[in-house]
Amino acid sequence: MTNASLFNAFLTVLKRDLTLALRTRSEIANPLIFFIIVVSLFPLAVSPESGLLRTVAPGVIWVAALLSTMLSLDSIFRSDFEDGSLEQMLLSPHPMTVLVLGKVTAHWLVSGLPLILLSPLLGVLLFLPFEAMPALLATLALGTPVLSLIGAIGVALTVGLRRGGVLLSLLVLPLYIPVLIFASNAIATAAADLSIKGQLYFLAAMFALAVTLAPLATAAALRISLR
Amino acid sequence: MWSFFHRLASPKHFYQFAGRLIPWLGWSTLVLFIIGIYLGLFVAPTDYQQGESYRIIYIHVPAAWMSMFVYMVMAISGGIGLIWKMKMADVVASSAAPLGAAFTILALVTGSLWGKPMWGTWWIWDARLTSELILLFLYLGFIALQSAIEDRRTAANACAVLALVGVVNIPIIHYSVEWWNTLHQGATVTRFDKPAMATSMLIPLLTMFLAFKLYFGLTLLMRARVEILERERDTTWMKEMITESGK
Repeated sequence: MTNASLFNAFLTVLKRDLTLALRTRSEIANPLIFFIIVVSLFPLAVSPESGLLRTVAPGVIWVAALLSTMLSLDSIFRSDFEDGSLEQMLLSPHPMTVLVLGKVTAHWLVSGLPLILLSPLLGVLLFLPFEAMPALLATLALGTPVLSLIGAIGVALTVGLRRGGVLLSLLVLPLYIPVLIFASNAIATAAADLSIKGQLYFLAAMFALAVTLAPLATAAALRISLR
Repeated sequence: MWSFFHRLASPKHFYQFAGRLIPWLGWSTLVLFIIGIYLGLFVAPTDYQQGESYRIIYIHVPAAWMSMFVYMVMAISGGIGLIWKMKMADVVASSAAPLGAAFTILALVTGSLWGKPMWGTWWIWDARLTSELILLFLYLGFIALQSAIEDRRTAANACAVLALVGVVNIPIIHYSVEWWNTLHQGATVTRFDKPAMATSMLIPLLTMFLAFKLYFGLTLLMRARVEILERERDTTWMKEMITESGK
């Protein structure tokens, strides 16, 4: 197997999944609407006072991003599992890790990327200071791929189950905690006008680790689920 | 030596071997618990800072150590089951999970009982407490996944993957929580130089630790035997054994 054909396999899966996702647009839109609604619930529930909202904003935005990623995770493998194309992918001569990476990339492009684009708006809603906006965008850009990659392991483990939804969140949310801690901490630090290099390096390290190891675990989990 | 391990991999031999080992383990656990509790509660001196309430560490610290140790046992045996397709490794991993969760809950409860007189509050979002809580979540996820999948072999393999993913994550979670917020006192026993603890306090602690370890071994073997009975109920050796004991 040459490198070119590996890359081709990756691109083919990516293109296929993107086309499928763009044909069912509501599935992309719903988690985003959920993201906005959850964030806008906090001023209603806690207090509309700007000082308080400013301090909780990084955490609120990140928790909402976590939850809305959770909602969209199921779509990575579910429909392919139901119509049998996942089995065909496992049977194909290409290594499953590469195909998984393609599918996860597609998932991030339709769920993570719009989330990043929407986040400054939500930052404004929660009175996040302007200095913290680049940090918000940077942490989301580094963090959401990690969420998709780790989440894919959870989906792969639960895809064969009829009611995997709640179970998925039980499996995956504890694994999301490090990303949540460093990302929201980075935004809060940036709002206080301090350097956030350390936190960003950590997020980047987690991204590198996830991108190398998570597809392996996902492929192993898919093999088990599809037995 | 190796043939012993190979024979242990067969459920029949494991069942019989565990049955012979259990009484020994049971009695030594009991004796160690009695010695450890007596030394801890009556012989060890009162702490000059924390008074008598420090004595809860004789339960709390071994439980916290065990909570991490059991996860490693679970992950390693899960990995063995995944790689070499050993039935008994799957049995051990699935029997260990509820025990680990129980040790974690024990560590959390005793920690919070100790926190009330020491810190004046039942719960603090401190690094070690929080990572212990996350460890509990990991155990609960493992147990939930196991009970959700009906086929035993699939369940065992899926849980093994989850446990291995957890093992990679535990240090990351631990250190991220550590840097996030810390208030808990530093480690006093695991230092390589002289422990920061008086020997008269350390001996009961180590006795209790050994007792907890043996207790874990004991309950693990008991649970594994039950699991074997359930899994192998249709095999001939099981039927022969049951009819023989019925005579």
